[in-house]
Amino acid sequence: MSYLEYNTKRMPAGLAKVLYLNWPLVALLIAVGCYGFVMLYSIAGGSLYPWADPQMKRFAFGLGVMFIVAFIPLWFWRSIAGLGYVVAVLLLLGVEFFGSVGMGAKRWLELGPFRLQPSELAKITTVMALAAYYDWLDLKKVSHPFWVVLAAVIALLPALLVLRQPDLGTALLVALGGGVVIFAAGVHWGYFAALIGSGVALVTTVMSSRGTDWQLLKDYQFRRIDAFLDPSLDPLGAGYHINQSMIALGSGGWSGRGFMEGTQARLNFLPEKHTDFIFTTLAEEFGFVGASSLLVLYLMLIAVCLLTALRTTNRFAALMVMGIVGTFFLYFAVNMAMVMGLAPVVGVPLPLVSYGGSAMVVIMVGFGLVQSAHIHRARLPS
Amino acid sequence: MKRSEREQEFSRRVISRRGLFLGALQVGVAGTLFWRLHDMQLNQSEQFHLLAEENRINLRLLPPTRGLILDRNGILLAGNEQNYRVVIKRDDAGDIDLVLERLSRLIPLSQEDIERARRDMLRNRPFVPVTVAERLSWEEISRVASNAPALPGVTPEMGLSRYYPLHEDTAHVVGYVGPVSERDLEALEAPDPVLMIPRFQIGKSGVERMQEDRLRGRAGSQRVEVNSVGRVMRELDRVEGTPGGNVHMTLDARLQNYTLERLHGQSAAAVVLDVESGDILALASGPSFDPNLFVRGISSTDFNGLLENQYRPLVNKTVQGMYPPGSTFKMVTALAALEAGVTDGQERVFCPGHMDVSGNRFHCWKRGGHGRVDLVSALSESCDVYMYEMAQRCGIERINAMSTRLGLGIRYDLPITSVAGGLNPTREWKRNNRNSEWRIGDTVNASIGQGFVLTTPLQLAVMTARLASNKAILPRLVRDPAERAIQEAASLDLRPEWLRMIRRGMSDTVNDRRGTAYSSRVVAEDQLMAGKTGTSQVFSITRAERDAGVRRQEDLPWNRRNHGLFVNFAPIDAPRIAVAVVVEHGGGGSSAAAPIGRDITLAALNNGVPPLSAYPAPQRNRIHSEQQEMLERLRKPEDMRISRA
Repeated sequence: MSYLEYNTKRMPAGLAKVLYLNWPLVALLIAVGCYGFVMLYSIAGGSLYPWADPQMKRFAFGLGVMFIVAFIPLWFWRSIAGLGYVVAVLLLLGVEFFGSVGMGAKRWLELGPFRLQPSELAKITTVMALAAYYDWLDLKKVSHPFWVVLAAVIALLPALLVLRQPDLGTALLVALGGGVVIFAAGVHWGYFAALIGSGVALVTTVMSSRGTDWQLLKDYQFRRIDAFLDPSLDPLGAGYHINQSMIALGSGGWSGRGFMEGTQARLNFLPEKHTDFIFTTLAEEFGFVGASSLLVLYLMLIAVCLLTALRTTNRFAALMVMGIVGTFFLYFAVNMAMVMGLAPVVGVPLPLVSYGGSAMVVIMVGFGLVQSAHIHRARLPS
Repeated sequence: MKRSEREQEFSRRVISRRGLFLGALQVGVAGTLFWRLHDMQLNQSEQFHLLAEENRINLRLLPPTRGLILDRNGILLAGNEQNYRVVIKRDDAGDIDLVLERLSRLIPLSQEDIERARRDMLRNRPFVPVTVAERLSWEEISRVASNAPALPGVTPEMGLSRYYPLHEDTAHVVGYVGPVSERDLEALEAPDPVLMIPRFQIGKSGVERMQEDRLRGRAGSQRVEVNSVGRVMRELDRVEGTPGGNVHMTLDARLQNYTLERLHGQSAAAVVLDVESGDILALASGPSFDPNLFVRGISSTDFNGLLENQYRPLVNKTVQGMYPPGSTFKMVTALAALEAGVTDGQERVFCPGHMDVSGNRFHCWKRGGHGRVDLVSALSESCDVYMYEMAQRCGIERINAMSTRLGLGIRYDLPITSVAGGLNPTREWKRNNRNSEWRIGDTVNASIGQGFVLTTPLQLAVMTARLASNKAILPRLVRDPAERAIQEAASLDLRPEWLRMIRRGMSDTVNDRRGTAYSSRVVAEDQLMAGKTGTSQVFSITRAERDAGVRRQEDLPWNRRNHGLFVNFAPIDAPRIAVAVVVEHGGGGSSAAAPIGRDITLAALNNGVPPLSAYPAPQRNRIHSEQQEMLERLRKPEDMRISRA
């Protein structure tokens, strides 16, 4: 897509763009954000500090960023997708080499007054780059092995760099977000079937080799895998958090223990209760009603975005929106599965609800891109 | 790339298809989450709710305050004091050695303390707090508190701990407490959960142990909300426990102190009884030990010192020590003879200094003999031959019966540990235990409290009190607060004329110029006493020793000298107290025991250090200097706190 493709007469311009925003999406975002404010207020023991107030400011800032991103024409984002991807990879390499020197924590880069977490950036840029790649690629070559491998490399390079930090959760999101775009672009089912099949086979082979003559991993490595898969084997170590989380969640019941009455959270039995485990606190205090309503809100967000993707005729826009939505879905699905004891503990926050600035802004940028795709969608002649 | 309409249409179709597939997948995953949420929050909610409550609520036992032990005037014998201590938790401390090293620079810690703390920590689970140091001063505890950041896992704590303000005075009677041991728990059928409280103290000996149920009280409980590291956030509710009941002893703390000090430097025992009620006013066994050492956990050096001391400080000689009563037994033989009617008491028996009984010669302590003696002079001059004669006339059974009647050979039911019963030897006993038949010589030996006869100082005091009161009084150590009036003891039913003769003999022992305890007489008219000396042989002097010139007790090694005994009651006309003194290996009753008996008697009658006027004039100078020396050691009145309880 180039500027020339742009049917300027049919595109909203200037302040008129405000009218063409996807307002239901904005409303849903604010609704989800409010869940976060309420919970952060509760966890702090009925105080705006230290979490709720900064979170609200960041959320407002994030909304602003989203509007700016939304009003910038889509072709701009299309043309800087490649550049963004390269910058993100370079920053990740920067973390690799300078991050530890500067901060001790390897995820951050100190850039003047800003602290940048390049892995967050990589989630968006990888999706954008792949969407642009498939927009550029001849449709006939989509399933050609060479081009498939190239796409896989584009997705896995930043993922591996993030994994080295090490940040398993984010690496997973980057890789899977890329995977969603590749899948949506129409790469042949066979590749995915083969990937899943070989993955299952590999795991089966490794696990069944245990205790035989041809054991593929050392015993202690198997034990680590056991502990990772089943935290209850180590109730005072890794499993402690999950057990406490499940206790909190289950004790919520139908309508919860009431606002600010969650004993597990207030008495510090929950780890990371304002970040990764905030869903547990929600479920404890507001019960099934509160927890499932948030889940429904998330699904509505996804549905609204998917609708945008399906309504646009622009291949880049559709693929990018699907990638962003897919990443967003993975975000909360992995987080919820983790606190409910369905998935191993990987550090993934609950999007828009967990306390944290970097992730929030990146998510807002993502939704800004969705909005941009919505405003600047190539409309079919009516 | 510019695409044709057809290509665009194809792209849209593919994307729609894949997008719908992804959407369906997401709905599927979300459904799983939804189902899980439903299952946990609605189906298993109660179970999780319970777990959360268990997490949150901690039931804590509140240790009850242990009851006080008081003397008859309310002076505190055992109380509770604030105790600042420092505990350490292994899993919070990290580097134990480093923390202990830092701690030892703030508070005095011996190498032994450090070793013990380390050992306790390794033995217990890592989150169990271990006491490193106790009984710290306020300054020391503040130093620890203000250096808390450098001492991870170290917490200053405050609690109540048992304290014995009179130290060694009542160690053998009151006993001491100590931490609950495995053995303590095994001995109990259903141990009170309060015993599981770390550092809870349980009675280990003496009244502390025997009256444990009364002293302990009942634990209260407290339900507290705790956070994940176990820190108490708030109290939910609280059931106050019942503090332990106080125990009122019959002891007189001041007399007890005087008595124990009077035994200073000797291995000895003394008992003071109230002749009417049987109240034990003093029960002293010297040397004693400081029970506070045991509460704190005695060091092995201190403990070995107590164990190896040949004067055996850990033994309560008043009730545990069994001694041949020697001549103090002669009242028993004399009364047995009177009751049997084998003599009228006026009859005179000739004492040539020895008596031959079935081929064996039994000597009187007076080699030259007493000449003709009646019952009274046989007692006052302690003639052995008279008793040999009477014993043969009435037989061992009658002597035993009288002995039992006077309270010997009986194990008294006192709330203290290891009360011994003594021994009234019978024919059957000898057959069973010595594997030989009773001989007449055994009866002859028993008549003067030698041979197989064994008594405890307490029994001798009971005997004396019974002779003084003609009542079957029983010794009492604890006053039951529920018991209003003292139960009147049953009469002994001894004929007054017999008792008159016996008391006359005892009076002459002390007050007659020829009496064996004349040098220990009292001159104050209203405090005159009557008594009986006794000297019991531990080993016979061998022929070889006699040939080598050993005549005097002082020439023998300490542990082969005779025991010195003395029993007495006073005042003669209206007896109030009975006293028994045993000085182990003291040499002789009149020289070693009688002066002690007199001093204790006078102290009891005068409620304090006896006035010099009570003593015979020639002795006053010596007594005065003895008293001055003793005053240094006696506990000051201000050290004896009257408890308000």
